[in-house]
Amino acid sequence: MIGRPSVPRSGWHPATVVANTPETTSAARLELEVEGWPGNAAGQHLDVRLTAPDGYTATRSYSIASSGPATGDVTRVVLAVDRVPDGEVSPFLVDVARAGDRVEVHGPLGAFFVWQPAAASAAAAGSGESDAAGGPVPSAPRPVQLIAGGSGVVPFVAMAQAHADADDATPFRLLYSVRTPADVFFAPEFERLVSASAPFRLDLVYTREAPAGWPMAPARITREALAEAVLPASDAPLVYVCGSTGFVERVASWLIELGHDARAIRTERFGGT
Amino acid sequence: MQHLDGNALAGALAEFLSFDVTTAIARCNGCGATDEFARAIVFTSPAGTVVRCPSCDHVLATLVESGDRAWLGFSGVSAIEVRRG
Ligand SMILES: Cc1cc2nc3c(=O)[nH]c(=O)nc-3n(C[C@H](O)[C@H](O)[C@H](O)COP(=O)(O)OP(=O)(O)OC[C@H]3O[C@@H](n4cnc5c(N)ncnc54)[C@H](O)[C@@H]3O)c2cc1C
Ligand SMILES: [Zn+2]
Repeated sequence: MIGRPSVPRSGWHPATVVANTPETTSAARLELEVEGWPGNAAGQHLDVRLTAPDGYTATRSYSIASSGPATGDVTRVVLAVDRVPDGEVSPFLVDVARAGDRVEVHGPLGAFFVWQPAAASAAAAGSGESDAAGGPVPSAPRPVQLIAGGSGVVPFVAMAQAHADADDATPFRLLYSVRTPADVFFAPEFERLVSASAPFRLDLVYTREAPAGWPMAPARITREALAEAVLPASDAPLVYVCGSTGFVERVASWLIELGHDARAIRTERFGGT
Repeated sequence: MQHLDGNALAGALAEFLSFDVTTAIARCNGCGATDEFARAIVFTSPAGTVVRCPSCDHVLATLVESGDRAWLGFSGVSAIEVRRG
């Protein structure tokens, strides 16, 4: 299954910003051309290093919204960065970085928070792969439940796109918590993914302001709302949770209370509360 | 203090180790639990990074970087299982 996917080796690469476009009211989509990028699996991240003229450096992690093998000597990689007010790196990437700017990236990083289509994991299974609990690989793929808060959706757009590109039959569901309709990352991409033939369902939860006519009043997600919008523990889904540290920890503890197997829950904390 | 998890250390540790730490499985010598490193709790500060066991909070590892040197400690880990390949 997706136990321990084999992923390309990491390394430092020079990169050029080729586009910086608004993604939400507070976030930007950055497209980078990365020299010698070895390709990446869906869900991996990279570290961006900025170097000031005096040699001072700052490094931060960003999930990769794109995935796939290397494409020649230079590969396009997509990031989406949310501005943390008073932050050191994110305001630069969102507000200042523009086409032609050079940065360094280290990656691809992390094989833990990764999903691969059944075809790729079947190949891994053939070479003696086992699942996260160390057990034998089940033959039917386990359904996947993704749960994102805010920018935590970035690795999931890569996973959902890989799922659609492979026309993978694994049931996929994304529960996505955002402040307002203007805060939805990758809105056009998700609209396409929902109507693609690979089974993908998107459930949005608005925490501050909902679109006109939305059936639910805006509110922070609760354990009860979570129970209604995620695959039940009895379906034994693989669950990925990503977002601010506070969001991830609240959701993960509710999932355990709702009977989900801790081994089947993978989390990635972005920081913040 | 805000904290992260072992995913956040993938890059910093890839500078020194040739395996992906996020999927490496560490055995805590505080409580004996074995977990992927990605599940560990990570505290970072200007002084350095402390990695704690998600089950018992025991310090598993520390990373201190200064100029061209780094000090990597695995005082709380009795074994690390690394997948070949
Ligand atoms: C594996 C991983 C993947 C990540 N992927 C993404 C991504 O795809 N998109 C994205 O926008 N961010 C992502 N992040 C968060 C990112 O690495 C930075 O933490 C974030 O951009 C803030 O950096 P900064 O330099 O602007 O703020 P800093 O100068 O580091 O911090 C300023 C203040 O903001 C607080 N803070 C730090 N991080 C956050 C946060 N994430 N949310 C709220 N408050 C915070 C700090 O406590 C501090 O008080 C990811 C983090 C990790 C560990
Ligand atoms: Zn322990």
